[in-house]
Amino acid sequence: MRLIIAYIQPHMLNSVKEELYKAEVYKISVTNSLGCGQQKGYTESYRGVDIEVNLLKKTRIEIAVNEAFVQPTIDAIITGARTGEIGDGKILVLPLENVVRIRSGETGHQAIG
Amino acid sequence: MKRWMKYLTALLLMGLCAVTQAAAEEATLAEVVSRFELAFDMLWLVLAAVLVFFMQAGFAMVESGLSRAKNAGNIMMKNLMDFSAGAVAFWAIGWGLMYGASISGFIGSDQLFIHGAESTLYRDWMFQVVFAATAATIVSGAMAERTKFGGYLIYSVCITAIIYPISGHWIWNGGWLAELGFHDFAGSTVVHSVGAWAALVGAFFLGARKGKYVQIGKKTVVRAIPGHNMPLAALGVFILWFGWYGFNAGSTLSGTDPDIAHVAVTTTLAAATGAIGAMFSSWKWFGKPDPSMSLNGALSGLVGITAGTWVVSPVGALIIGVVSGVLVVASVELVDKVLHIDDPVGAVSVHGVCGAWGTLAVGLFADGVNDASIVGLFYGGGATQLGIQLLGVAAVFAWVVLLSSILFGSLKAIGMLRVNGKEELMGLDIGEHGMESYSGFQIFSNM
Repeated sequence: MRLIIAYIQPHMLNSVKEELYKAEVYKISVTNSLGCGQQKGYTESYRGVDIEVNLLKKTRIEIAVNEAFVQPTIDAIITGARTGEIGDGKILVLPLENVVRIRSGETGHQAIG
Repeated sequence: MKRWMKYLTALLLMGLCAVTQAAAEEATLAEVVSRFELAFDMLWLVLAAVLVFFMQAGFAMVESGLSRAKNAGNIMMKNLMDFSAGAVAFWAIGWGLMYGASISGFIGSDQLFIHGAESTLYRDWMFQVVFAATAATIVSGAMAERTKFGGYLIYSVCITAIIYPISGHWIWNGGWLAELGFHDFAGSTVVHSVGAWAALVGAFFLGARKGKYVQIGKKTVVRAIPGHNMPLAALGVFILWFGWYGFNAGSTLSGTDPDIAHVAVTTTLAAATGAIGAMFSSWKWFGKPDPSMSLNGALSGLVGITAGTWVVSPVGALIIGVVSGVLVVASVELVDKVLHIDDPVGAVSVHGVCGAWGTLAVGLFADGVNDASIVGLFYGGGATQLGIQLLGVAAVFAWVVLLSSILFGSLKAIGMLRVNGKEELMGLDIGEHGMESYSGFQIFSNM
């Protein structure tokens, strides 16, 4: 079992969701996040004064999957989120020790799907 | 059913005609005319007063839109209370000092508590109190996000009771400036500059908001503190523009004045070119057309035309407006980046600088059509009128700066001017009023 965490551009969320759906990955958790990577930030302007925005608005996706789904999920996220420009985001893949479904008490492979 | 209504209406109209005719036969024609004139004046001035009153809502929206969410409720309270406290103060003292019997052209001396008023005086008081409150509320924006509420209440009473009425007396009640021929139709100087110069002094004594000017080594870095709601600021500007038709066109002071439309037209054109001027200025200087600057531009055009609205042509109004629009952007830059006086909404630039410009513009663009005695430099009237306008601007500036320095200086000395640092960071909504304006919304901010 793996936990896939992806940081993507907020405006790419819809196309990522579409691609995940095509790859039959239906379970997803999404949160807003702030951060910066290579893009380092950008400037806005308010009443003639420049504002350096170095924490950019990003969207964080979390998906827990069985081994067979790891590569399809990663591919789907890349297809949906990639533009080729700096700021497209990053995918982190972590080993996942256990999953427990609160309602039924199921664990592991049963709980994840 | 419809036909029945028609018959009834016709019957009523006939009855009305008969009654008017009978009344007319009793009274002379002149009496009837004057009665109707009185009615028109009454309706027009009270309607205009209500329009100007609505500008309070405009100021409240502009100021809260251009400041942070954590201080929005405090700004509402300031706008509510400078009118409420101001109205009582203007009833008790302000009106008397402004419109009472003059002591050598400097100050009014009777009619305190509008003593002995009858309906036309009530009408005039109603029209004037909303102007006094407009001057008072201008200050709120410049002093936003850091002023103690109690101190602001004291200020509100002082400006509507003393500062505004006395300089107003010089100009609008046949005082010494009026004697010289100073012309300020609806109050570029009388109302707007008075508020703005008090705002300048207030913002100066207060100091900047935390994090606005950051000292890095020997350099002062200017930071932006973005307002939290641009649509609200825009709504405020539209409300102000709407109310301005009462402000300027109402200042004809008569519902039978054929120049009401002329005033409305010059007001519209100056506001429009003010917005356009500010938009292009910000576009050229900052790279993009800045929304809040363009909104300031519309207001600056309105402030600019207020003095000359009755004596300039539509073309004159266009030029006054566009210059106001450019001037307001330049002035915001100057106040912020050079003088380092923190004015979150640009009140000093909009109402002070453009108020002074509009007042001087009378001496340049007055065309002598509506008032043959007021002719500006560009229409062959020479520099006399311009000189008088300049004197008026300077005299009012000196008066307001002197009085408000005493006022804000004393408030500062007794610690009633500025909230403490922790309260400023938490927001004045919590600190001054113990509540949140957007309860239920989670707003993250480290500003």
